[in-house]
Amino acid sequence: MSVAVKKDFEQPKDFKFSKENMVKVELHIAKYPKGRQASAVMALLTLAQEQHDGWIPEAAMEEIARILDMPRVKVFEVATFYTMYNLSPKGKHHIQFCTTTPCWLAGSAEVVRACEKHLGIHLGETTPDGEFHLSDVECLGACVNAPVFQHNGDDFYEDLTPENVVKVLDDMKAGKARPGSQTGRVTSMSIKGATTLHDQAKKAGVKENS
Amino acid sequence: MPKLTIDGIEVTVEPGTSIIQAAEQVGIEIPRFCYHDKLSVPANCRMCLVEVEKSPKPMASCALPCGDGMVVHTQSPKAKQARKNIMEMLLINHPLDCPICDQGGECDLQDQAVAYGYDRSRYEEEKRAVTNKNLGPLVKTVMTRCIQCTRCVRFGEEIAGVTELGVIGRGEHLEIGTYVEQMVTSELSGNLIDVCPVGALTSKPYAFTARPWELRKTPGIDVLDAVGSNIRIDARGGEIMRVLPRLHEDVNEEWISDKTRFAVDGLKNNRLDKCYVRRNGKLEAATWDEAFAAIKAETKKRTFGAIVGDLADCESIIALKDLMKELGAANLECRSDMAQIDPKHPAGYLFNTTIAGIEKADAILLVGTNPRTEAALVNARIRKTWLAKHIKIGVIGQKIDLNYPYQYLGAGPDTLAELSEGKGAFAAVLKNARNPMIILGAGALRRADGGAIQALARKVAETFNMVKDGWNGYNMLHTQAARVGALMLGFVEGDEASWSKVDALYLLGADEMAVENIKPDCFVVYQGHHGDKAAHRADVILPGAAYTEKSATYVNMEGRVQNGLQAVFPPGDAKEDWQIVAGLAAALGHKLPYKTLPQVRARLAKENAAFAHVDEIQPAKWTPFGKAGKCESKPFGTTVENFYMTDPVSRASKTMQACTDAFVKAQEEKAVAHA
Repeated sequence: MSVAVKKDFEQPKDFKFSKENMVKVELHIAKYPKGRQASAVMALLTLAQEQHDGWIPEAAMEEIARILDMPRVKVFEVATFYTMYNLSPKGKHHIQFCTTTPCWLAGSAEVVRACEKHLGIHLGETTPDGEFHLSDVECLGACVNAPVFQHNGDDFYEDLTPENVVKVLDDMKAGKARPGSQTGRVTSMSIKGATTLHDQAKKAGVKENS
Repeated sequence: MPKLTIDGIEVTVEPGTSIIQAAEQVGIEIPRFCYHDKLSVPANCRMCLVEVEKSPKPMASCALPCGDGMVVHTQSPKAKQARKNIMEMLLINHPLDCPICDQGGECDLQDQAVAYGYDRSRYEEEKRAVTNKNLGPLVKTVMTRCIQCTRCVRFGEEIAGVTELGVIGRGEHLEIGTYVEQMVTSELSGNLIDVCPVGALTSKPYAFTARPWELRKTPGIDVLDAVGSNIRIDARGGEIMRVLPRLHEDVNEEWISDKTRFAVDGLKNNRLDKCYVRRNGKLEAATWDEAFAAIKAETKKRTFGAIVGDLADCESIIALKDLMKELGAANLECRSDMAQIDPKHPAGYLFNTTIAGIEKADAILLVGTNPRTEAALVNARIRKTWLAKHIKIGVIGQKIDLNYPYQYLGAGPDTLAELSEGKGAFAAVLKNARNPMIILGAGALRRADGGAIQALARKVAETFNMVKDGWNGYNMLHTQAARVGALMLGFVEGDEASWSKVDALYLLGADEMAVENIKPDCFVVYQGHHGDKAAHRADVILPGAAYTEKSATYVNMEGRVQNGLQAVFPPGDAKEDWQIVAGLAAALGHKLPYKTLPQVRARLAKENAAFAHVDEIQPAKWTPFGKAGKCESKPFGTTVENFYMTDPVSRASKTMQACTDAFVKAQEEKAVAHA
């Protein structure tokens, strides 16, 4: 297998950081001693990815190499090492399913299958309209609320089932999906409601365990 | 000074020495892949694991500094088992294609698998395959064979100064690659083949042509630039298969330039293998006797002049000088490119600091030179020094593409004159430097005011105290292997350019000259090995031997006298050059007083005592060289337009043509596109 970037999409000709991001770039560089500016490469890659619809084009890596005065291949090394840097477009909504053991035990395989069926694509693919991209990742660290997926590297959608995940996707397309538990539970509390600390639960407005 | 025990041998080493180096000092070899003594230490192959007492795990000996009282075992069961395990891991993804691999027979992995590996594999799963990369016309890649030692990445970063290779991806998908498919554009790229411990990077021109055990290895000296790189010439039968570097710490370390390594296929093309005599305006093949007779007929009517070319060896130069003396010639010239160099002052034309001496410098001023193309290994030394100490480097002349940062000071003699008065931006740097250096290139000498420029450069050297006890910072950078030798033998008589007025000329391989300036009715004898520019103008052609075909002496730019041995025989009727001159002298009735090579070498030592000291440098006395006079203010030129084609050998080489197409033309097109 080769990690060479797939060529079935178009690379933008050039990339410039926005004015607001340029301020952040300066801040990141200022964190490191003079002459060690290359240390800011990871922060800049993240900024570029945020600015550029969730993926880093070649032009951005070149721009970062120029700003940090480092060889282009050194930026490329970092960008290819970390899986959270995307080097190809990941659709408007990048859905990253956790498929590690706790999520899997809680039924992540069925959730993924339901999504694949609903969108007509497999893991690692993008819908033809460019709305959704599905991928699988290792543990997202939200095992209590398993199964979960991460949306655009930021929001977690939790307590998924093959049924509610389809609704989440449709809502997402319509722009009205809400992150967090999809079964109405608050944060990581017990599924059956509060089992202890009843007074505090009452104050927080959680329904009492019957 | 830490004192430690390795395999029961007690050794005291410098602080900071690693165990692998300490073991080498006592003659114990520890196997390694990623460790290379000229590169940084990443400790990622783990092949050099040894057992250190009181340490629970085996340690990587390349990255572990020696400590006082350490007890190291390199052959204990624990160390052996650790290596065996590493070897098994490395071989998981390495293909079993040794029979079709060019590295076979000289492969570190193969050798060490035999010495330290298991005799069978327990691995039954699928092996991974990696896409090959296109690194240009010189380096062939079979990336599936790569064991990720990263020597090539480090070589590019640290020695060649072109960070184009990198470690892409991670884990199972990790591979060596370039940033988005590109060639490695370095004049030292061939060394990647040598540093690669496996068959992942091999020589493209040499691919599938020979096996190492078939080759006859002869130590030689390279003549395609004036560095005098030590080379090993590998030949099979009468054919030269390849050229490899030979270790010489003071000259080329263990690197050679791509031209040195790959231009040798030019020795098979366009060769002169017979005598030719011009009859009725056409060159016709002739015998040695006919050729000598044709010359003899002219010696009675004409006075000869002689020009020594860039690839000539010292034996033939002295023989030609002796013959010309007998013939009463008044015009001897070795500066065929019209560089204004005074042969009377060695300090003025030598690379006095020496190539290894560059490492002691702390400020370097480059004048009218591009060391990257003119002497790639001098440039590598400058880069090494810059990398170690971040020394300041200033450039006067063309704006050039160097692989280290420099301060651009100006284009011509005006800047140099300003500096000689202690003014200008770089003056403070030179003043505060303990060991400042100036390197003067041919770009500053091939002009009418070259003598005055040298006087100016000498003034700069004296102003900034560059010449003192134990340090001479004044250097001239030559590009011709024969130049310093010929100057030391005094092959200069008569005015510069007066050869354009003589009515008979003897060209000893002189091609890099203005052939069109030779008088139309001049009788020209050309002795050389390639049918290049000057051979077409010749009236008599005498076929000589190339540098791989004769045992000969060369002097590099430092004034280092070195001997190369004959690897193969010259083709056809061609002969060793000094013997041709001696034979001609005998035919003309002037017997030269030597018959054997040792006798010629004794004659060399008589002419200049330095020739008696092979591979030693005699410091030159500081004498007032250069000419008084005004300098024109026109900028300094460049001398090497195309690094890959500078002499008859590289011009006849198909590999060098491919490099020109791939690198030089691509660069020119890019420049046009930018404009």
